Amino acid sequence: MASRLMALLALVAASLVAVLLPLAAHAGTTSPSPSPSSSPSAESSASPGASPSGDAGAPQPTIGPDETGINVLLTDSSNLDSEGNGTPIPDVGLTVTDESDQEVGEGVTDAEGRAIIAVPAKGTYTVTLDEATLPEGVELDSDTPSSVTVVARLDGPNNFGAFPIGVVAADTATFADKLAAALVSGVKFGLIVALAALGLSLIFGATGLTNFSHGELITLGGISAYVANRTFGLPVIVAGIVAVVVCAAFGWAQDRALWRPLRARGTGLIAMMIVSIGFGLFLRSLYQYFFSSSTKSLSQYTSQARESYGPIALADKELAIILIALVAIAAVCVALMRTRLGKAMRAVSDNPALAASSGMRVDGVISYAWILGTALSGLSGVLLAINSQVNFLMGFKLLLLVFAAVTLGGLGTIWGALFGSMVIGLMVEVGPLFGVPSSIKEVGALVVLILILLIRPQGILGRRERIG
Amino acid sequence: MDADSTGRAGLAGVPTDPGARKPDPLIVGDNISRAFGGLKAVDVEHLEIQRGVITALIGPNGAGKTTLFNLLTGFDTPDTGDWSFNGKPLSGVAAYKVARRGMVRTFQLTKVLSKLTVIENMRLGATGQRGERFWSAPFKSLWSSQEDEITRRADELLVRFKLDAKREDFAGSLSGGQRKLLEMARALMVDPELIMLDEPMAGVNPALKQSLLGHVQSLRDEGRTVLFVEHDMDMVRHISDWVIVMAQGQIVAEGTPASVMADQRVIDAYLGAHHDTDLSEMDEEAIMEEAMAEIEGTKE
Amino acid sequence: MDFTDIFSTALTQALGPNAIVYALAAIGLNIHFGYTGLLNFGQAGFMAVGAYGLAVTVVVAGLPFGVGLVMAFAAPLLLAVLLGFPTLRLRADYLAIATIATAEILRLVFGSVEMKDYFGGSNGLTGYSSVYKDLNPYSEGIDWGIVRYSRDDLWSVTVGWVLVALGCLIVFALMRSPWGRVLRSIREDEDAVRSLGKNVFAYKMQALILGGMFGGLAGLFLALKQSSVVPSDYSTNITFYAYTALLLGGAARVLGPVVGAIIFWFLLSGLGSFFGQATSGVDPLIPSWIMDDTQSSLVRFIITGLALMLLMIYRPQGIFGDRREIAIDGR
Repeated sequence: MASRLMALLALVAASLVAVLLPLAAHAGTTSPSPSPSSSPSAESSASPGASPSGDAGAPQPTIGPDETGINVLLTDSSNLDSEGNGTPIPDVGLTVTDESDQEVGEGVTDAEGRAIIAVPAKGTYTVTLDEATLPEGVELDSDTPSSVTVVARLDGPNNFGAFPIGVVAADTATFADKLAAALVSGVKFGLIVALAALGLSLIFGATGLTNFSHGELITLGGISAYVANRTFGLPVIVAGIVAVVVCAAFGWAQDRALWRPLRARGTGLIAMMIVSIGFGLFLRSLYQYFFSSSTKSLSQYTSQARESYGPIALADKELAIILIALVAIAAVCVALMRTRLGKAMRAVSDNPALAASSGMRVDGVISYAWILGTALSGLSGVLLAINSQVNFLMGFKLLLLVFAAVTLGGLGTIWGALFGSMVIGLMVEVGPLFGVPSSIKEVGALVVLILILLIRPQGILGRRERIG
Repeated sequence: MDADSTGRAGLAGVPTDPGARKPDPLIVGDNISRAFGGLKAVDVEHLEIQRGVITALIGPNGAGKTTLFNLLTGFDTPDTGDWSFNGKPLSGVAAYKVARRGMVRTFQLTKVLSKLTVIENMRLGATGQRGERFWSAPFKSLWSSQEDEITRRADELLVRFKLDAKREDFAGSLSGGQRKLLEMARALMVDPELIMLDEPMAGVNPALKQSLLGHVQSLRDEGRTVLFVEHDMDMVRHISDWVIVMAQGQIVAEGTPASVMADQRVIDAYLGAHHDTDLSEMDEEAIMEEAMAEIEGTKE
Repeated sequence: MDFTDIFSTALTQALGPNAIVYALAAIGLNIHFGYTGLLNFGQAGFMAVGAYGLAVTVVVAGLPFGVGLVMAFAAPLLLAVLLGFPTLRLRADYLAIATIATAEILRLVFGSVEMKDYFGGSNGLTGYSSVYKDLNPYSEGIDWGIVRYSRDDLWSVTVGWVLVALGCLIVFALMRSPWGRVLRSIREDEDAVRSLGKNVFAYKMQALILGGMFGGLAGLFLALKQSSVVPSDYSTNITFYAYTALLLGGAARVLGPVVGAIIFWFLLSGLGSFFGQATSGVDPLIPSWIMDDTQSSLVRFIITGLALMLLMIYRPQGIFGDRREIAIDGR
């Protein structure tokens, strides 16, 4: 069985190479101007004033890490992207001064137009923008001052300052254009969610565990890719493959070291669920420890111009993400349907006791489910990192949407997970066109999650169980 | 109602047909059906349970006995069907209300509350407790006298079921047979008119079986109606007054234990494989025993 | 390294307003999870509606403080009812997902730009607590060496521990009654309870409301003691920390959540100031290439995660609990 699984992983990895390779040619020609990296993650902020991305799990003021930071988002509101958010302006210098005009920190905006500048303590600060560093063709609006006052009341990077720049341009995009763009984003996001959901579903099917540390497995993919890419200098594509392998290994290791001993002790599922919460908290803090709480980019494909394909426009990396996800999902589905291991997994998921009594090595099958499930989630993290950026909370923020996707389709069913993910992806991206406030576009998906639980708790494609 | 139509005496003239009318029925049901996916788990045209007797519900695995139990007690919702209890309609009534009306069940896999002591398990059974209401619960004086009365009743039952030595033990520490006894005793705290036992003999060691049989009979003797699902043919033969046989969701036969065990339809239902053996050469009871053995074998 | 300072910081926090917030939230979770077996992972949501119930009523609607207090109790009650109807019939893990999603929806909506006029966006709301502050009878704070509180904190500590004591009294009175017996039975096996004629749904709803209102009280107290309501105060992590506190002290015990919250905060701030001191100064105890100042504040959260795992695995009954009567089976 081992060889089969390795073959399967190799297939996923190979597809990663195959689709990404043509992209490498474009690496040198990335255009610096408008970045198409609309945020498909559960990130809640692209518009000024919204709560910045950190707060889903950022330690709250009363207990947070002692560091305090000011989060500045610089966007060009005369140049709106497909979602009506201003385009970010990178490489602009900012300085922070305290109330006595002492300079306490400085920063430069990143590709997302964001800079997080640490300040020594809570208090009132003034953030000043160095107008000389603004890119050509961008100027401060006549009534926007070049400095803003920020009251740092919170621990963590949640103190917000925003510079709206330029005049808001008239909305020229037609509804059809916006819908097409949103549909494409939705499909892309849905596929990324689907990879993670498939991973969650495999693990749930084999063990019955509702894994609250699953988000951290996604993050592991993103961070591993970042480390392989930035620290070891590997090209992003190679780094992505390395990250998936690292995740697969981690999946095996965590089952061996943690979950298998717990199963052997006969630990109940609810208890295991709480263990997974602790494990998630542990990993999340560990990531923050080593990776810091800032958001970082990979070295390649950070911003690419979108090319037009008929009614839709896609950057090469987005196309690659969609294709890789599709190939990986198809490969896993075919493998689950056709191979002996796949059938064994489904058998264990259906009835572990029966599978065990008919001579199956249940522990072995569960081990493979962890390996494959974690690898898939890792791949989802890698794609998310390529699509936007890497942050220690990237997976945690996705977790509820993954749960929503899996619950929507029916916990533990493969097709259900895929179906649910696509619905969630589209809802998140298309929702804003129909009146869902774009800063909280995930809310719609979560509301659907609750409605589904209300109407059909077994999920759209799930089955009911008999009691007694 | 004259004395001849009530209790066991009333069963004398009842024809041994599926869905036979009884002179003094406690439960009357019509067209009860429940399907899981494509499979019809229960499809009962007509059902009557005589008051004041012990009725056994038997049938091969997957015959729909437990599902019928779940439906009657409100633990599952039927696709179609109506039934009444004591003349009042009971279909679609929530499980807890069914219990309050006097129809209490036990479970195939015993459901004792293992982190509560035996006596606490018993006290839980009592209905109409003032202390179970939210607003009076914090004030002990409002419910302590009732609690004493409940405890007295619980202790009596524990003595009767020989569990008094275990009074302060956690229910989780009891043996399988003791759990069955506790579940039965706890059900009696509700003071039900009908008590429904789902496989009371499963997992009970032989030494305890005899006393369990005695307890079930004593329930009838104090005027309660008993309906039980059982695979143990000894029990069915010895204590039941009437037997209903189910197969593939339907009632295929009814009658006294002796008549049912001689019924060709019953043997067919249990033993598809023995169709072509010469039945006349085999003792009917032996066939039945063999059938039961086969069922027991496939059970786990 | 100044161990007296570390100890006094830890003790001040362990008995301080933050520990009270967690104690109140964990008392609620104890009713939900410890006694009834309901996996509410959305306690942060109950806290949020309690806090916003007060702040929105006073700041946005301009109504008196007293009305705000009523709303702070009404909002979690309403949330419990709304949440309970669909979710209390669900399996335990589905309930967990539904409640965590609800808490997240609330936090996102409270922090959204679009609702800024009602909830103040990510900056939250301030300016509702003058009545509370004016009631402060103390003229100054205290500094006994081992514990130090400012004047405001001293007032909050007084009010907070009275609330915690009242909460424990209520839980004690309820849980020794037959009502509490029904809840514990539901935790064990709700079908058995149903078969004995108890309206399981109604009991679960009562437990959800009661525990949720303790959550709301925790949020209300947090709002009063820090004079501001900010959405990031009500993140999911809060719920997880409250669970850690509950499991530390022992679930299904009246004083479990209180003891747990005190220990949790003692360790959290003790570890925080220990590593803070160990990494600060010219020649830090721990060299900065191993751990810098920012990282030092994270070690305690790494340990919290580990502690939650290890507790659940090795001592699910909590530090002082009785192995035989625990909410959930560790093995």
